[in-house]
Amino acid sequence: MSHYELDARRLLCPMPVIRTQNKLEELQAGDTLAVTCSDPGALHDIPAWCRVHGHEIVSTLNHAGEIIITVRAIK
Amino acid sequence: MTPSRKAVALISGGLDSLLAARLILDQGIHVEGLNFYTGFCVEGHTHAIRDRHTTKPKRNNALWSAEQLGIKLHIIDVIEEYKDVVINPKHGYGANLNPCLDCKGFMVGKARAWMEAHGFDFIITGEVIGQRPKSQRRDTMPIIARESGAFDRLLRPLCAKLLPETLPEREGWVDRNKLLNLNGRGRKSQITLAGEFGFHDYAQPAGGCCFLTDPNYSRRLADMWSTRGEKHYELDDIMLLKIGRHLRPRPNFKLIVGREEGENNFLSGYRRQFVHLSALSHDGPLVLVEGEVSEDDLQLAARLTARFGQGRDSDRVSVEITDKSGVARTLEVAPMPLDQIPQEWYL
Repeated sequence: MSHYELDARRLLCPMPVIRTQNKLEELQAGDTLAVTCSDPGALHDIPAWCRVHGHEIVSTLNHAGEIIITVRAIK
Repeated sequence: MTPSRKAVALISGGLDSLLAARLILDQGIHVEGLNFYTGFCVEGHTHAIRDRHTTKPKRNNALWSAEQLGIKLHIIDVIEEYKDVVINPKHGYGANLNPCLDCKGFMVGKARAWMEAHGFDFIITGEVIGQRPKSQRRDTMPIIARESGAFDRLLRPLCAKLLPETLPEREGWVDRNKLLNLNGRGRKSQITLAGEFGFHDYAQPAGGCCFLTDPNYSRRLADMWSTRGEKHYELDDIMLLKIGRHLRPRPNFKLIVGREEGENNFLSGYRRQFVHLSALSHDGPLVLVEGEVSEDDLQLAARLTARFGQGRDSDRVSVEITDKSGVARTLEVAPMPLDQIPQEWYL
């Protein structure tokens, strides 16, 4: 199991979701991905996308305008 | 045992595609959704940028639809490929710069490719005969089926009974009797059906989900193409057309004026790409200057910047002008009186 990071800052939704989706397609079950975003819409959209695909949200941090959402891939 | 058939649904985030997918799910078909991001989608961006939307829930309506349906949703970035649809629409534009018929053919074509790549059997859309004047007409529906290459694998559950049988109906994958015969621009049947399915709080964007159907947006896009002398755009161009007041005081330059804090924050991300202005002595907008400008043009830009800020009624306002390399200087100007701003300047 590996950990990956994705920089989606300065992208507006749905681009952070699309980048997350595309990266997760490359990962194995159990891998984790930390997505850094600046659009607060990602706080809703990335978890919503994960719910419909069955991926797990490990944590969500929102500090000083920077959002880090960590997802565990479930295949 | 016959394997379950699989349908790919175009999910816009609106009510019709939600209902169409639900009708097919209810027939035991495995459904997954596709949502295409063109850059012109009303979804997301404006809600993220503008402060006044902060009281509304920030949600992506296509994802919301997928959650209501319990299906997977794949969001596809088609920004680059979509340019040709907008710039060279074979079937022309609608009332504004909306290439709706080409757009629908493009999206169904992308869905067909996805269907084939993923082993799905047919495509469903929320189209209703007569719902849209350009793309959702009885005579244009066969064009979409043909030009997308989907042919009779394209099923429109909401109006299927008014159309020839498609492959999923002929093969018995879906029961035609359980499909609908909706037509026209009315929404009553869809709203009733939504209630029966227990769907509430669904999106009903006025004018649809695409900025290209908006006359003001289309006017700005036409102005951009006209002043550049070519039909071309990048994502940043079409994003900026969504934001702020746009004024073209002279043919060689345009101003993009933030209307509130959210827009100013968004525009500030472009400061290194544009000459920009903001008042120092008063609160006010961030203003981007697009085009090559003279000193006289900058004086005018500074007066307009002062006009749209809190110093509008002051005798003098200090306005900072910063060039693309970050070098700043200050001008003292009198705000432009409102009655000296011709309506034609507004895009």
